Amino acid sequence: MSAVVRTLVGLRDWIDARFPLMEQWNAHLAKYYAPKNFNFWYFFGSLALFVFVLQIVTGIWLTMNYKPSADLAFASVEYIMRDVEWGWWIRYLHSTGSSAFFIVVYLHMYRALLYGSYKRPRELLWIIGMLIYLTLMGEAFFGYLLPWGQMSYWGAQVIISLFGALPIIGDPLALWIRGDFVVSDVTLNRFFAFHVVAFPLVLCGLVVAHLLALHEVGSNNPDGVEIKEVKGVDGIPLDGIPFHPYYTVKDIVGVVVFLIFFCAVVFFTPEMGGYFLEHANFVPADPLKTPEHIAPVWYFTPFYAILRAIPSQLGGVLAMGAAVTLFFFLPWLDRSPVKSVRYRGWRYKTALGIVTVSFLVLGYLGVQPPTPTFSWMSRFFTIMYFFFFLFLPAQTSVDEHGFAKLYRQAIRLLLWVLIAAFDISFLGEFRGDKPIAERMSELAPFAIFAVALTAFGTFVEFTRYYRRDQDKPVPQRVTWP
Amino acid sequence: MAVKRLGAFLFACVLAAPAFAKGGTAMHFEPDLSNRQSLLRGARTFVNYCLSCHSAAFMRYNRLGLDLDIPGEVLKANLMFGTDKPGETMTVAMNPSDAERWFGVAPPDLSVTARARGADWLYTYFMTFYRDPARPTGVNNLAFNDVAMPHVLWELQGWQRPVYREEGGGAQAVRVIDHLELESPGLLNEEQYEATVRDLVNFLVYLGEPIKLKRYTIGVWVILYLLILLGIVYLLKREYWSDVH
Repeated sequence: MSAVVRTLVGLRDWIDARFPLMEQWNAHLAKYYAPKNFNFWYFFGSLALFVFVLQIVTGIWLTMNYKPSADLAFASVEYIMRDVEWGWWIRYLHSTGSSAFFIVVYLHMYRALLYGSYKRPRELLWIIGMLIYLTLMGEAFFGYLLPWGQMSYWGAQVIISLFGALPIIGDPLALWIRGDFVVSDVTLNRFFAFHVVAFPLVLCGLVVAHLLALHEVGSNNPDGVEIKEVKGVDGIPLDGIPFHPYYTVKDIVGVVVFLIFFCAVVFFTPEMGGYFLEHANFVPADPLKTPEHIAPVWYFTPFYAILRAIPSQLGGVLAMGAAVTLFFFLPWLDRSPVKSVRYRGWRYKTALGIVTVSFLVLGYLGVQPPTPTFSWMSRFFTIMYFFFFLFLPAQTSVDEHGFAKLYRQAIRLLLWVLIAAFDISFLGEFRGDKPIAERMSELAPFAIFAVALTAFGTFVEFTRYYRRDQDKPVPQRVTWP
Repeated sequence: MAVKRLGAFLFACVLAAPAFAKGGTAMHFEPDLSNRQSLLRGARTFVNYCLSCHSAAFMRYNRLGLDLDIPGEVLKANLMFGTDKPGETMTVAMNPSDAERWFGVAPPDLSVTARARGADWLYTYFMTFYRDPARPTGVNNLAFNDVAMPHVLWELQGWQRPVYREEGGGAQAVRVIDHLELESPGLLNEEQYEATVRDLVNFLVYLGEPIKLKRYTIGVWVILYLLILLGIVYLLKREYWSDVH
């Protein structure tokens, strides 16, 4: 043993006598046993952590030159882009990083949907993850105001005014958030404080809690098998391998592949066609000039489409809130003992397919101007989105009597009430003086989605889609090629 | 209550936002920043015609010199006409409140206009000024209806007049502009003017993001490095995982 190694070991032992260094190292890395059958979907947890660190580091460097004041903010961003050494690079890393964060987090969450990672015993892990997601939405919203462009300004104006839709407390609440009657210097300053100090701190705490909870219950895997239930004589799960070095070296590969895609955007198309950096945001904020088309950044658009789909403002705000909060209840809405989609029946697979398509289509609709076709489309897909959550308890409950039976009948009834409302309001369109021939362009999309929804209801009836799913047997051990 | 009404108004804006955004962007233009000569000619047009009313307050003269390889003396003699020093940004002496009185609106800063409007729009804008006696400046524009800016490049392009066609029949017929034709020629012929506009738009795109000149080249090296790194980390992973069964 060379002198250098001896010194390092000595230093480690010195620390270890005063701080649980090796204990923590072993608990979270060297002797944390993860299932050996992780696939593609399991890269996104470590990637989310990577992007989080990237955002913190680039954020610190941006803060060194950014000026949170209505007079100077826009100019200071351009100063960073032009006069600060490598400032453009740091800024593009941060702006692309925010979109990348949401891509990675959405895929990470979708993994949980695929393999039932939110289920017992990981309910709390899932809830902490959802809290991270909500905090991240707030963090992104506050950060988007800082460049002080037209889209920053009017996006914030619209979103804060949504709080004004709540009864009684709405107006004072919106005023309290803004600190002024319109979005102003005051708003910018407090958003800066939230974006740079408060929310990153909360995120840090939640990420630590998320990891602690994960390492308490252990990782799920694509088979949804609990590896802790089959242990060897040494007390180590037979299907487990130590996180370090196996998954550290594997996740490094994931990080490099991610960086290739990420850097391609940063260096070749940082605006991403106006989706990552919106064109209108290169015009300084002007409280007197409303842009023609206010669209949120892409990661909010599915919820924005749901907001616009509901014809009443309060209803839209509530539906948008429900669309996010329903995820919190997933561990209890899903009654099936089977975790992984690999061993679940066709009903759940269809439901998951429908909600996936609905979410993507709603995301697309959220950036589009609300033409009649798009409005009816978003109503149709909003209904589909919510029925994923509503059908889930009925499809997965083993119980066939009492409350379970009542619930099945109730959601069936709800679906048919909605279909009736959709179809009756469509037929109502035929009243009035204008000849039908002239209104074909607005009636045709309505007709298509009235038929589509009725067809869905008929499909549900014929296939007894709301009935209990036929799950497949789950193996004892994980499958390994 | 005012707040509530504002909220309702904004909500209505969101619901009713019309499908059209920037008006008729009819012409297409692909900027080419690798053409240094074009950028230099564009810079010349910019400082001669634009930089008296419009500022580019985020752009420094010496950055322009550095990026386009213009020696300091040449820069001072040919591109800087005021009392500015090379380290200063491209500001103008025109008082914004005066400008508002004269034009109805203060000329906007042009530093990042190309990023907000896009090259297609700028190209169309410079190509489609036409005579319109109804306007105080005597001109209108196909890309920017009822624009407040006069046709500053008129001495180069000359004057264009609109040629109308009838759309729809009978009593509902409306006159729409079919195309523009040159009424009185300027100093340049049509080909030369189009080349001048191309150079100017190229320059404005550069002005919007000066690092664009180098960003792509750096990016290629970054990706190459990452590909090599990927090979190494993949081999590392394969080596470690060879004993997992």
